[in-house]
Amino acid sequence: MDEFIRLTIFGLVSASIYFVAASGLVLTYTTSGIFNFAHGATGMMAAFVYWELRFNPDGPQLPTLVALVVVLGVLAPLFGMVVERVLIRNLQGASLATTLVVTVGLLAGLIGLAQTIWPPEQRRFPGFFGDSGFEFLNTFIRWSQAITILIAIGVVIALRLLLYNTRAGVAMRAVVDNRDLAALNGAPPSRVSSMSWAMGSSLAALGGILLAPVISLEIIALTLLVVNAYSAAMVGRLKSLPLTLLGAVILGLLTQYEPSYLPRVFSDDRLPDWLTGLNVSVPVIMLFVVLLILPAAPLRGARLRKSARIRVPGLRTSIVGGGLLVAAALVASGLLGDQDLRRVGEGLALGIIMLSLVPLTGYAGQVSLCQFMLAGVGAFAMAKVGETGSPLGLLAAVALAAAVGAIIALPALRLQGLYLALSTLAVAVLADNMFFPQREVFFSGTIPIGRLDLGFVDFSSDSAYFVLLAIAYALVAILVLSVRRGELGRRLLAMRDSPAACATLGLDLTRTKLTVFALSAAIAGLGGALYGGLKVTVGPTDFQMVLGLPILLLAVLGGIATASGALVGGLFFSLLLIISDEVSALDWLVFIGPGLVGVTLGRNPDGLVPTVSARLHGLRDRLRGRAEPSAAPSPRRILDGLGPDVPVGAPLAPEQLRALDDALGIGAVDGGRQGAGEAKEVGSGAAPRG
Amino acid sequence: MPPDGAGAAPVLELSGVRAAYGRIEVLHGVDLAVGAGQVFALLGPNGAGKSTTLKVISGQLPITGGQVCLTGRVVNGAVPERLAQAGVCTIPEGRGIFPSLTVRENLQMMTFSGRPRSMIEEQAYARFPRLRERRRQVAGTMSGGEQQMLAMARALTTDPALLLLDELSMGLAPLIVDELYEIVGQIAREGISILVIEQFAATVLAVADVAGIMLQGRVVQVGTPDEMQTALSGAYLGGGG
Repeated sequence: MDEFIRLTIFGLVSASIYFVAASGLVLTYTTSGIFNFAHGATGMMAAFVYWELRFNPDGPQLPTLVALVVVLGVLAPLFGMVVERVLIRNLQGASLATTLVVTVGLLAGLIGLAQTIWPPEQRRFPGFFGDSGFEFLNTFIRWSQAITILIAIGVVIALRLLLYNTRAGVAMRAVVDNRDLAALNGAPPSRVSSMSWAMGSSLAALGGILLAPVISLEIIALTLLVVNAYSAAMVGRLKSLPLTLLGAVILGLLTQYEPSYLPRVFSDDRLPDWLTGLNVSVPVIMLFVVLLILPAAPLRGARLRKSARIRVPGLRTSIVGGGLLVAAALVASGLLGDQDLRRVGEGLALGIIMLSLVPLTGYAGQVSLCQFMLAGVGAFAMAKVGETGSPLGLLAAVALAAAVGAIIALPALRLQGLYLALSTLAVAVLADNMFFPQREVFFSGTIPIGRLDLGFVDFSSDSAYFVLLAIAYALVAILVLSVRRGELGRRLLAMRDSPAACATLGLDLTRTKLTVFALSAAIAGLGGALYGGLKVTVGPTDFQMVLGLPILLLAVLGGIATASGALVGGLFFSLLLIISDEVSALDWLVFIGPGLVGVTLGRNPDGLVPTVSARLHGLRDRLRGRAEPSAAPSPRRILDGLGPDVPVGAPLAPEQLRALDDALGIGAVDGGRQGAGEAKEVGSGAAPRG
Repeated sequence: MPPDGAGAAPVLELSGVRAAYGRIEVLHGVDLAVGAGQVFALLGPNGAGKSTTLKVISGQLPITGGQVCLTGRVVNGAVPERLAQAGVCTIPEGRGIFPSLTVRENLQMMTFSGRPRSMIEEQAYARFPRLRERRRQVAGTMSGGEQQMLAMARALTTDPALLLLDELSMGLAPLIVDELYEIVGQIAREGISILVIEQFAATVLAVADVAGIMLQGRVVQVGTPDEMQTALSGAYLGGGG
């Protein structure tokens, strides 16, 4: 019984931290509609800044209260407001992929920044009042734990008072309900969301500071606090604070009960080896389960999307492009030094993994954060089957990754948009904790991976393998492009634009989604196997979720819907690697670089390749003296004759009445029918809301 | 003849206003003037650009050409919340309320117009006693008519200079529509200028001083309600003269 009480109290302490962090997430998500993947990273930064001010032996060593006020009252809110102003405000109406990339970019950038400022070392971060405490129900409770619970209760009360008893809080909830209407009431939505981001950032900071003494001051661990916050917030569907509290309590208790009670289920009172990672995985598993229990969202209809028109190269163009790439690789393999060759090769291999996002995210509009994990699956298969470089290894990589991708997709079929992205994130973190560290997978050591050996050609030398990577990239790109031109491509685009319309047309959404997930996973698996071959050996930490973030960011940078965009993204990554090889201080450039790229994408969500290509085509047309289409051809107006020069107040002339008649869609007089049809088309095309 | 506030600048004047959704232009030069104390009914079929016109006036959609003037001052590019604080009260299409806020909190949102909460509640409850009974109820759970009353309460209590109403009648029973237009008439008698948008003319023409027909992104005709009634029924009957 004593143990139960102790675990329950400790569970409530954890729950308090999760709630504080999750409440900030809910606050920002509801008022701005942007899901902040960098929420945990904000808390991590705040914990480090707090350490800098309070505990750093070489720092100012401010008193606790002063340091808290500086971090929670000044720096964190300021950070939140700047983020909202600079990054978030421009994102209204942007696609999900864009909004994700911006906050994921912020996440990656903050991790890189923290790694640069605070390189890993032991840092003392005691809780409030150190180890002193008191006895309660036969349990020794530290003051810091009691304070944590009190703080959470304080946050609950303060949020309740704010949201229901002040005009600013009511305005926040009003903005959640209807942003435009709030503005029409005279409440500036931008100020409301600025305020909520300031508060959200402050709550993230508080969560980080409370968590740091519990799990130690460690960058990735603190950043992943956000996953716990997601799980709690998801219970309230990212909207309801009371349900978020419930979620936090469930999660807090689970994380405490699980390590003590679950082993007793097994005969020798300990978890079997393959379940060792379960401890740290409780939040992710809960996130996944909650996502699955949530009722499926109704199919959405068509949405207006602003995006550049992307030209899809024909088969001949893509073969020529692929050939050029291979030729360039042949030349480069002779020119580049060993180190640079490896780096560019890495870019090519990652480029193949990025290509896996093109059909999935670029065409079908589904965002996945587990592509790198799937690449790891491919590498695993290659290591097991193709240790000697047998082509069967590549086949196994493709098949296994495709199968895993389809299995991941099964539960994801019900989910859309953000929830889908979160569930893939949960899978990726789960694999980090439980799959890759398995004894049968990579365990703690590294295992060798063979390079493809076809018998008649051997790609084991660095330069030959480099050419092989280019060939593989070219082949996959040609495949992806022919998918785009074919029937599946049309289905994917249709599904992205309007799932509801697809369903009414009898298109099997389930099958289409499964297909694209499997296809994408297969490409990622192939990329992973080749990437593994390049590195010769791989270990359990080589395919971590966090390391995969730059892949999404750079794929979007290049242009998520283009096959050449992935190449641009991959080569950009090589460039970052080469720079950080040269300048050791820029070790974490591979995070900061993509992070910076991500946060700037808010302004140009189409990516580099489509933008540059549109410019080039415009230039070419101008050089050839072709008139550039100034704007979309405006719909022919049947009422041109009515013009603004009709004297106001004059009765309508007969032909004007007839035109009016047509426009209203009533007329049946000769020839009127055609006009009516046209008018309807004009009406629906030109003005979505009359 | 409609009162047209001879001499004084109209409360609202649009000249040559153009606006676009992305690259598709929807308003191709809208000219329109609402005089002080006038009720202007803007009619037209679906897709004519009525709601877009209203979005432009309330600041929700930037214009790409022309000029929007409020009492003689150009307000191109003003943001909705500033216009709202300056006395432009917009009741958008559908229910202009916050469904998950209580009635009382909805009324509290109206204080952003600068009027004290006590005054707003007092006036709203005096005009709609039903709202007082339901002040703790979540607004989204009320009937459509009650929701529209709550929306209209903003027009009644915030003393706007210009009231913009979008498709007041949409989805409501005819009886309630009549009641709502009675309120519009009452607001008009207080001297507030009103621009009403409707697809169906009958009820609104009864309270309007001036009516205009909008087609394909332009106001093609303006006249007295009677004249417009004739023009419209001519069109609806398909005779065309």
